[in-house]
Amino acid sequence: MPGQIQESALTRIPRPRESAFALGLRRILRAPSSRVALAILATIVLIGLLAPFIAPYDPAAQPDVVALKSLAPSLAHPFGTDPYSRDVLSRVIYGARLSLAIGLLSTLVSLTLGVAYGAIAGYAGGVADAFMMRVLDAFLAIPRLLLLLGILVAWPQLSIGALILFLGLTGWFGLSRIVRGQVLALKHAEFVTAAQALGASRRRILVRHLLPNLISPIVVAATVGVAHVIVLEAGLSYLGIGVPQPLASWGNIIQDGADQVAALWWMSLFPGLFMVLTVMTLNILGEALRDAHDRR
Amino acid sequence: MTPLPPLLSIRDLRTYFYTEAGVARAADGVSFDIGAGETVGIVGESGCGKSVTALSILRLIQPPGRIEPGSRIEFEGRDIVTLGDEEIRDIRGNRISMIFQEPMSALNPVFTVGDQVAEVARVHAGMSKRDAWDRAVEMLALTGIPDAQERAKQYPHQLSGGMRQRVLIAMALMMKPALVIADEPTTALDVTIQAQILELLVDLQKKIGTSILMITHDLGVIAETTSRVIVMYAGEIVEQAAVDELFARPHHPYTEGLMHSMPHIGHDQERLNVIPGTVPAPTEWPKGCRFRERCPYSWDLCEREHPPLYQVGAGHVSRCHLAIEPERRNSPHAPLVVEEGVAAA
Repeated sequence: MPGQIQESALTRIPRPRESAFALGLRRILRAPSSRVALAILATIVLIGLLAPFIAPYDPAAQPDVVALKSLAPSLAHPFGTDPYSRDVLSRVIYGARLSLAIGLLSTLVSLTLGVAYGAIAGYAGGVADAFMMRVLDAFLAIPRLLLLLGILVAWPQLSIGALILFLGLTGWFGLSRIVRGQVLALKHAEFVTAAQALGASRRRILVRHLLPNLISPIVVAATVGVAHVIVLEAGLSYLGIGVPQPLASWGNIIQDGADQVAALWWMSLFPGLFMVLTVMTLNILGEALRDAHDRR
Repeated sequence: MTPLPPLLSIRDLRTYFYTEAGVARAADGVSFDIGAGETVGIVGESGCGKSVTALSILRLIQPPGRIEPGSRIEFEGRDIVTLGDEEIRDIRGNRISMIFQEPMSALNPVFTVGDQVAEVARVHAGMSKRDAWDRAVEMLALTGIPDAQERAKQYPHQLSGGMRQRVLIAMALMMKPALVIADEPTTALDVTIQAQILELLVDLQKKIGTSILMITHDLGVIAETTSRVIVMYAGEIVEQAAVDELFARPHHPYTEGLMHSMPHIGHDQERLNVIPGTVPAPTEWPKGCRFRERCPYSWDLCEREHPPLYQVGAGHVSRCHLAIEPERRNSPHAPLVVEEGVAAA
């Protein structure tokens, strides 16, 4: 063989073949806090997924609006009942399903928009980039909650699908800025010039070479984004313009007991607890992901 | 020099960068040929225009830089300067490919090296994933990577510098291109690896029959690998000759200076020799001879007249007025090179 390389003992050590993703995951799970966070989050996700099998009652059923109304936690109803005699535990379990789904799906919408917009702006550069960034500045100047309030008040009785869409449509501005910055920084990297020198088209370079390098920051932004949307949805539902009744989301369960918070404490405590746990674990994992990315 | 029509023929290549500091004329009227199967070296200091010339051949000049109209780069009967985007992409990596200086940063950190070598075949030959992968492993083995099957599944950061450079060479040679441009292919490597990589390049060139354009600042690399040398200074060619001729009879004072700056084994040297001064800024090349201010022989003619390329031997040209007044070489008004650190500004 021509120019056979003299390998040092060091390079000969067989190294585990691991993708950057697996490597990152291992690094994240090294910290006990993220292990606990992941376990809690996984449990909540599982609860949501298996809702029909573990919920003791139908979350929408009102068995007896007189006798079973607003009961404090008991063995039959561990989380109590609401003013319509519905079982709060079942509603919280179904709420996990809906709140997580809304968070995930609308983040998917903002991810798609944000990555596409940011990547195109950053890669195009020049006038196109400047124009697209000014448009973004304008969007960023409007508070998201205000924008959503406006939309939801203008169109009452929106379906869940429309709610997800609007949450997604208003949530991509920050992410697209991150993506644009990263693309801008990477597009003059030598491996991009090298890819060009090998005949790759602009589209191929953007999709095959640049975006995979942005996975880490995108995943971090998405994790935090899901947490954000869950809180936002709860807020909107609490205001009575989010998830429509009789569907259960953590936000509208709290809303159902809102006029007597002190008396019906179980109605805000339990869904609130689930929400705080979800948001906290998502944020802890997001932080851990960011650290893992930075250290690389 | 080459009886056949040249593979690549560059005429009056001017690549300018329109910067805020002014127009940087990085390559300023460069003309040369490369024959089929020939290895040509371009040597010069940083900022002399050699890399810009190389990137221009693949039309990889980024704004604010551009190849000026009137420049011609003829390759296989077509003018690269005026090709459409689609056509130039078809040439890149396929007919002309490039080996970059930094093997780490020239590889994409998130893909396996096998993937990256295979991609070339997928882009240009439209091969299936599996076929391209098999070709990639074959190519990696050809570049002397032991256990290529397994190495192909690794990421760039898991390989040593020399291995990575072999990967880049595999990528560059995947399509058996007519011309490979090697831009300082060994600069980032350990000295012991450098020789192996150069040997590999020369060896593969013989197997595949490709031409090589070797860009370097290292005359040692030139001596080992090339048959013809182009010396660049301040955006233009200042000397061109067959490699033996150039080393035996350097004509341009800049070439001479470069040779005197090479460290020699066995000589008891505490300091390195350097040519005093630096390359002028590309936004304001001096009038007349651009090497004048660093040249120990310069006289008034050098200030008045920009020297043309004089014929000074068989296939040997030099952009120095000494060609018409050779006796001046005997009376330098300063030393050609000085010891590093002693050089007065």
